[in-house]
Amino acid sequence: MRATLWLGGLAILGALCVLAIALGPVPLGLREVRDGLLGVGDANAIAIVRSIRLPRLTLALIVGAALGMAGGALQGSLRNALAEPYLLGVSGGAAVGAVLAFGAGVRDASTIPIFACLGAGASVGAVLLIARAAGGRADPRVLIMAGVIMGAFANAVIMVVLANAPPNTVRGAVWWMMGSVADAGWPQIRWLSAYVLVGGALLLLMARDIDVLALGEEPAAALGLDVDRSARRIYLASSLLAAATVAAAGLIGFVGLMVPHIVRAFGVRRHRPIIAGAALVGAALLVAADLVARTAVPPAELPLGAVTALLGVPFFLLRIRKLA
Amino acid sequence: MIRFHEVTARYPRATREALSGVSLSAAAGTLTAIVGPNGSGKSTLVRLLLRRMPRQAGRIEIASRPIETFDARDLARRVAVVPQRESAVFSLPVHEYVALGRYPHEGPWRAAMPRDVALVEQAMGDAGVADLAMRDILALSGGEWQRARIARALAQGGDALVLDEPTTFLDVGHEMAMFELFATLARSGRTVLVISHQLNLIARFAGVMVLLHEGRVAAAGPPHAVMQASTLERVYQWPLVVTRDPAVGAPTLVPLRGTRHSSGSLPLDGSEPRS
Repeated sequence: MRATLWLGGLAILGALCVLAIALGPVPLGLREVRDGLLGVGDANAIAIVRSIRLPRLTLALIVGAALGMAGGALQGSLRNALAEPYLLGVSGGAAVGAVLAFGAGVRDASTIPIFACLGAGASVGAVLLIARAAGGRADPRVLIMAGVIMGAFANAVIMVVLANAPPNTVRGAVWWMMGSVADAGWPQIRWLSAYVLVGGALLLLMARDIDVLALGEEPAAALGLDVDRSARRIYLASSLLAAATVAAAGLIGFVGLMVPHIVRAFGVRRHRPIIAGAALVGAALLVAADLVARTAVPPAELPLGAVTALLGVPFFLLRIRKLA
Repeated sequence: MIRFHEVTARYPRATREALSGVSLSAAAGTLTAIVGPNGSGKSTLVRLLLRRMPRQAGRIEIASRPIETFDARDLARRVAVVPQRESAVFSLPVHEYVALGRYPHEGPWRAAMPRDVALVEQAMGDAGVADLAMRDILALSGGEWQRARIARALAQGGDALVLDEPTTFLDVGHEMAMFELFATLARSGRTVLVISHQLNLIARFAGVMVLLHEGRVAAAGPPHAVMQASTLERVYQWPLVVTRDPAVGAPTLVPLRGTRHSSGSLPLDGSEPRS
């Protein structure tokens, strides 16, 4: 039963990957896709497959997997089904970093992510420090509050900067905040995949601790978990995983929130399979969303963050019906 | 086997100490009970045992070793604690929940061994949740949830079991079954420390009773020594009598109708006469 689910998921992901390479302004047949991947045949098709669609697909896979894993780990360890990877200050901090860079006149596509990542890192650090100063303990409520405070502060900074900025700065910043995998390139994919492999492995390694942490502070301590240290590690690993995706693809909402729910809906209960499943479902979801984003209204592209949110709304409406 | 020596502890920003100079010990082979009014410091003892709050003074020892010398997992392998409050957030079948009791014995990648599976089965049987194995913990009644938590602590193994109000929400039959289980565990040589408000059951089952009052030990010893009307009236601030239960012969507290009185005199304005 469990093996069937995994195989089914992998098959769907594989089919989505083939579609993602085949579909676009220049549709390719299955043979052209294969030849393009192998580097034989029509030079145009090879260029489309290898330089445009494959990197974009790969970036979507990695970003989706990372957001899914971070969401699964955070929901469990914060004991909150509404937790998502950006919760602990990642999105606000990254957006402030990017907006400040745009405001300072930076237009270089490879420089903005550095600012975003620095902003996210600083913000996560600030959230953990606030929580520590408030109680010195990894209390989920304190952390969520600290994340909300940082988010509000980041919003204020963004509004102040953008209110007086020239129109194309505003446009660039807003586009960035909507998220995209359109600018995918191999060097970027290489460092991101190294980062996500390490972060994902750490979360999988700590998955059993998350199972215990999900019971609450005192029961977890009673089972011999060093609650504060373990929680801090999980928050840090998930947030930095999210920060890396933000640097590569901007802000893509709803994936990290929605994916763990989908995985749990299949009856998965322990966090090692939840995190692994969230990587699979997150990757599939983002590949599908990007496919929709670039093929729904050609030649225009929809913002990826908007597509994921549009997918998220009906999903959560269904969940609410189940709750009520 | 569990020993508190002159322990003083205070919550951050609290005006008074939650525990001041408390000494008590729970020996192997004995059912030891801690009783006392709300806020007398009972759960603080548990929090100290879990090392979830600092103490200002005193020593806590497990098997004659200071508690701070234990690694967290090692401590959990020796002492299984059921804290007073626990609320589940995510769905989990009862058997997987009970299996989390094996966590301190696991490595990050170690799969459950046949021994673990057997211990989990036995714990579920002992706590009376074997027939709930496939149920979701979010769908349990209060009493079932309480028994599942006790099963998890039993699966943890170890020589000592500490339970903070374990029979709250349990009906008479399940409550008696639990106390019989605690007594059996104590007879088998384990240290069993129970915090409870059920004075009459404690008086029947416990070997040693410790009565806490405002963070201090008000009385300690065998139940008949602690179950004294004058002491209990002063501590609980309620008119009461202690009789001998005609059926089982244990000291039994009977609270009288009346009104709560503050410290000092004990004016009885209840309608029931004292016998």
